[in-house]
Amino acid sequence: MPILEVDNIHSYYGHIHALKGISISVKKGEIVTLIGANGAGKTTTLRTISGLMKPRHGHVRLEGEDLAPYKPHEIVYKGVAMVPEGRRIFTRLTVMENLEMGAYTRTSKPEIEQDLDRVFALFPRLKERRRQIAGTLSGGEQQMLAIGRALMARPRILLMDEPSMGLAPVLVEAIFDTIQQINKEGTTILLVEQNALMAFSIAHRGYVLQTGEIVLQDNAENLKKNPMVQKAYLGME
Amino acid sequence: MLRMWRQRVTLTDLVIWGLGILILVGVVWGSIQTLRLGKYTLAIWYDLIITGLALGGVYALIALGYTLVYGILRMINFAHSEIFMSGAFTATFAADALYQAGWWNSYPVLSLLIVLLVAATVSATIAFSVERIAYRPLRYAPRLVPLITAIGTSFFLQYTFRGLYGSGQKGYPDMDIFQGAIVFGDVRILKTQLVAIVGAVIMMVILFSIVQYTKIGKAMRSVSEDKETAALMGIDVDRIISTTFLLGGISAGVAGILFLILFPVAHFFMGFVPGLKAFTSAVLGGIGNVPGAFLGGVLLGLLESVGPSLFLDGLGIPAPYQLKDAIAFTILVFILIFRPTGILGERMAQTKL
Repeated sequence: MPILEVDNIHSYYGHIHALKGISISVKKGEIVTLIGANGAGKTTTLRTISGLMKPRHGHVRLEGEDLAPYKPHEIVYKGVAMVPEGRRIFTRLTVMENLEMGAYTRTSKPEIEQDLDRVFALFPRLKERRRQIAGTLSGGEQQMLAIGRALMARPRILLMDEPSMGLAPVLVEAIFDTIQQINKEGTTILLVEQNALMAFSIAHRGYVLQTGEIVLQDNAENLKKNPMVQKAYLGME
Repeated sequence: MLRMWRQRVTLTDLVIWGLGILILVGVVWGSIQTLRLGKYTLAIWYDLIITGLALGGVYALIALGYTLVYGILRMINFAHSEIFMSGAFTATFAADALYQAGWWNSYPVLSLLIVLLVAATVSATIAFSVERIAYRPLRYAPRLVPLITAIGTSFFLQYTFRGLYGSGQKGYPDMDIFQGAIVFGDVRILKTQLVAIVGAVIMMVILFSIVQYTKIGKAMRSVSEDKETAALMGIDVDRIISTTFLLGGISAGVAGILFLILFPVAHFFMGFVPGLKAFTSAVLGGIGNVPGAFLGGVLLGLLESVGPSLFLDGLGIPAPYQLKDAIAFTILVFILIFRPTGILGERMAQTKL
């Protein structure tokens, strides 16, 4: 059974039909990527999974359980964590406090300590700056914090919304290396990206979204070779 | 250069700046005159300062309720003055009962704890219910809507309590242990004032620690910054907002008892003026900022107490003490014009809504 199953969801912003029957499944241990242009519905899909929006039709299931009756904060308790678009760290809290908020759903102190060590091992910069006010971090460091904060929830599935946005190319590579490492340590990831090339380099499978519909799905290798994808998302003629 | 300056500065600006400078000159000139003429002895100055600190402590505690709610919902809870009144007014009945039973002076500490508990419970319950019933359904309404609702709620509570307890004044019995004064050299502190100052400081330290160091406090700060992301951390935003109202209510209840110890009369309208002053304090210190509420409260208490004698007496204004409210609200107007962020506040443009 897949960890996450999005079954034919339709979401609306008022009268705007943003998602027109999206179906996605993510199996344990995978990195699945969702690519598409601006306005294709990538962020809306993640917002619907995390409960910030409710689908008008269709279901989101986590290990078989329908998430419809749960509020966003309850879905976090179920094991879904998110690295939101634009990082959205708490700028007035310290780095440490941000990480503590990531672990809000957790109760076991030793486990939290253990995960904190893991996050600091992934991002030594955060350890150096743990007492600093998060708003004073650089863009790359804020992205690290947003990822670290989501990991502190020890999620069963991690949703990432454009972790490469606004970062220098060197940093993008570093962040993607880290994402791959997080996955190898056992976290299942659903990755939304505009940077299709980077996304395919680490993902196992992918879905291509266009104006609220899935137009293509395959493993990452095949998607990379697909002429339509090459033309529209990889900038090749 | 000069033309650019003339284009940017309007007539209104000039009038406001002129008024500001006029008041500043008046304040400085008045203070010099007062001090030169030596109208007051040092002991009287000490007395005024201590009165100001005691009053300021009470303002600070009420201001905390405004500031916490503003921090989390970006709305001014104008019903907060009635949350303060409800606790204090109800507590006078408990105090009366304890007095009749003879406990008031034979078990003063226990009695004090009981009235504190009554006041805090009533205020917190009202604060919690007001949020649940009046504000929560309007969470996503335009900002003016909850503001108007808050004013309506304020009237509703005033007249409900008038209906419950009558429109008369109700005395709060004096406690024997708070009679008299303590003398340190030249400084003479009434015991009631000492209780108000110490009580306010203790409450402020407790509340500041809660907001700064506990998990729930950190969650409050997260919700204040970004409700949606807070929910994505697993924080139950509605529960945190309720907790904020509860904390504001508790501190208003405690403030109510401290207020009654200083001014032992309760009535249904007693919340209005202290509420407005506390709102001024919160704005003065920087609304949304907990240490700012404390600073603003103490500063306003001091200015109100020392100000009339210091600034106005020297200018030959008769009975200056009657103008203390004018001083408080002049401060409010000028803070709103010249520094709307208050002393410790951050710029609104930087806070995410």
